Amino acid sequence: MSDAPLPKLAVWKFASCDGCQLSLLNCEDELLSIVGAVHIAYFPEATRAFVEGPYEVSLVEGSITTPEDAERIHEIREKSGTVITIGACATAGGIQALRNWGDVDEFRSIVYAHPEYLSTLDTSTAIADHINVDFELRGCPIDKHQLIEVLAAFIQKRTPRIPTYSVCVECKRRGTTCVAVAKGMPCLGPVTQAGCNALCPSFSRGCYGCFGPQDTPNTAALAAQLVELGMSDADVARVYRTFNANAEAFKAESERYEKASIATQGVAK
Amino acid sequence: MTHQLKDGSQVLQVGMLARVEGEGGMHIAIKDGVVESVKLNIFEPPRFYEAFLRGRKYTEPPDITARICGICPVAYQTASVEAIESIAGAETTPEIQAMRRLLYCGEWIESHALHMFMLHAPDFLGYDSVIEMAADHGPVVEMALRIKKAGNDLMDLVGGRSIHPVNVKVGGFYRFPTKAELMKHRPALVQGLEESLEAVKLVATFDFPDMEQPYEYVALRHPDYYAIERGTVVSTSGVEFPVSEFPKHVKEFHVEHSNALHATFDGGMYMVGPLARYTLNFDQLSDRCKEAALAAGLGTTCRNQFKSIIVRGVELAYAFEEAIRIIDEWKDGAAPSVEVKPAKGEGMGASEAPRGIIFHRYITDEDGIIEDAQIVPPTSQNQPSIELDLKTAAQQWVDLDDHTLTHRCEHAIRNYDPCISCATHFLDLRIERS
Repeated sequence: MSDAPLPKLAVWKFASCDGCQLSLLNCEDELLSIVGAVHIAYFPEATRAFVEGPYEVSLVEGSITTPEDAERIHEIREKSGTVITIGACATAGGIQALRNWGDVDEFRSIVYAHPEYLSTLDTSTAIADHINVDFELRGCPIDKHQLIEVLAAFIQKRTPRIPTYSVCVECKRRGTTCVAVAKGMPCLGPVTQAGCNALCPSFSRGCYGCFGPQDTPNTAALAAQLVELGMSDADVARVYRTFNANAEAFKAESERYEKASIATQGVAK
Repeated sequence: MTHQLKDGSQVLQVGMLARVEGEGGMHIAIKDGVVESVKLNIFEPPRFYEAFLRGRKYTEPPDITARICGICPVAYQTASVEAIESIAGAETTPEIQAMRRLLYCGEWIESHALHMFMLHAPDFLGYDSVIEMAADHGPVVEMALRIKKAGNDLMDLVGGRSIHPVNVKVGGFYRFPTKAELMKHRPALVQGLEESLEAVKLVATFDFPDMEQPYEYVALRHPDYYAIERGTVVSTSGVEFPVSEFPKHVKEFHVEHSNALHATFDGGMYMVGPLARYTLNFDQLSDRCKEAALAAGLGTTCRNQFKSIIVRGVELAYAFEEAIRIIDEWKDGAAPSVEVKPAKGEGMGASEAPRGIIFHRYITDEDGIIEDAQIVPPTSQNQPSIELDLKTAAQQWVDLDDHTLTHRCEHAIRNYDPCISCATHFLDLRIERS
């Protein structure tokens, strides 16, 4: 063992559900090894101890939704060697990016009696829309084994082995019969990045896109197939507009089908 | 951080509360030995779930509302499916209810173990985190991680994954795990039960500050079991009503001095969570859990929130027992879901999240499109009692040095296992503008 100080790790939170940073605490078998390999310097969900930066690695969870957070992320960038964003909120704006298509003033008044107290932006956006990000780890939530791989890769100064192909590859690899072909279930697997080990099809359910678009997604061809399987235009718009709604490929397709739905139905329904 | 002000007043401030889910801070002002004000500051940004649920389909809330909280997604999923099924008048089967309870046991185990050992125990033992604790108490921390993992593995098995399970749908499940798959996990649950009973003994040896509060307790009660996945609402004042009457009794309002949408129960302050459940439903615990609780020094009721760590331990053991019972009684062959058609109307559902009652209400149109949604999570309901506990604690121990008093006050907040992420789409972000 070398006596060199352990690299300092910080975990930061923006608008999110806490689930992705919880993935770190859910590494029950690996947790004690992780704390032997990195110095957990800032991780308020886990510890009161707080070590000043700079930090070798910062994990960032959550999306940017307030003017204060749009400033704070720059401060974090400045004091971090490597910034890794974790989860759909941080990499695509999360489910709260549905506000990007809504009227935020109306949103405020639906939930709050005194909306004037709120300080919020009209959009929810990915961290990489604001700062330079070194690696984006997808998923809603992220997969803890992928998280360990990414941390190990940065400690070992190598490229993380995170596939960017589709969920279909994982289904084939684990031997799951295609739910779309065999059962006619709508499935986003062909356009969604792998990482969950094709979880939903193994539970007799179509993929619903937690890991965002794969590297060459043909969203239009799949959308036509979904319509073929009986989905309305509004339904197609909705399935592309969930946890990775603001990811470019999904965003474009949802907007196309929303327009089509409004053109034929008068409303997106 | 402490500020000694020149006029003899004193401010205790913790900018970022550690070991809670979500981001908040606390601010306590003391003048001449009298606590003048306490504030739980929430700077977690709002996400507007109730607003963007409008226009979504009736089948979507279990997936969408799970994302409110990574620690208790099953609580959201369960309350949402109960609410939506009630709109169409759909009746689930005993098998579907048993599987919901089994999945929920996994969440209670995972969440209670996380809070007891990783977030709460370090307060009693004087550590900053479980990581430092592990250096001195390796075997205990390893046991804690095994207990927690048994809960997460159960959620993986039934739900597909522990954070945002994929197997829950309106009407039931996409697929039931088989008896053989369930039985494979049984030994880990048996070990978890034994170890959690050990854990109850262990946490009972902690020193508990003496602070009892007379709050009204509100919890669900199930006719057959200690309530987890459904029930009727009961309270220590003797009120009982079905979940569909929840809005008549619980009113939410926006108070200016606080960051929260506060809630009242029949016009008064109240508390939900493990202490409320334990006090109202003690008679429904198993004999073994009752014995463990009494041996740990609890009565049949509990009013000291610092002792919530023991109550969580008892509920942890109970969740293991229930999981084993459900697995033992399980028979393959039942349909994993019932059909739920779109229907116009209003529906309500509630369940016992690890932190207390969670309530959902939806209004849908004839195509099943959501027109209105309301979600009341436990931490919102407990916000007033957290603040009052904080005030009581600060006053009771006002003579302690600032460092110790600050820690004691943080401890008083962590007693509740507050989930700020959950609460925050209801909590407004308060920026003081001068």
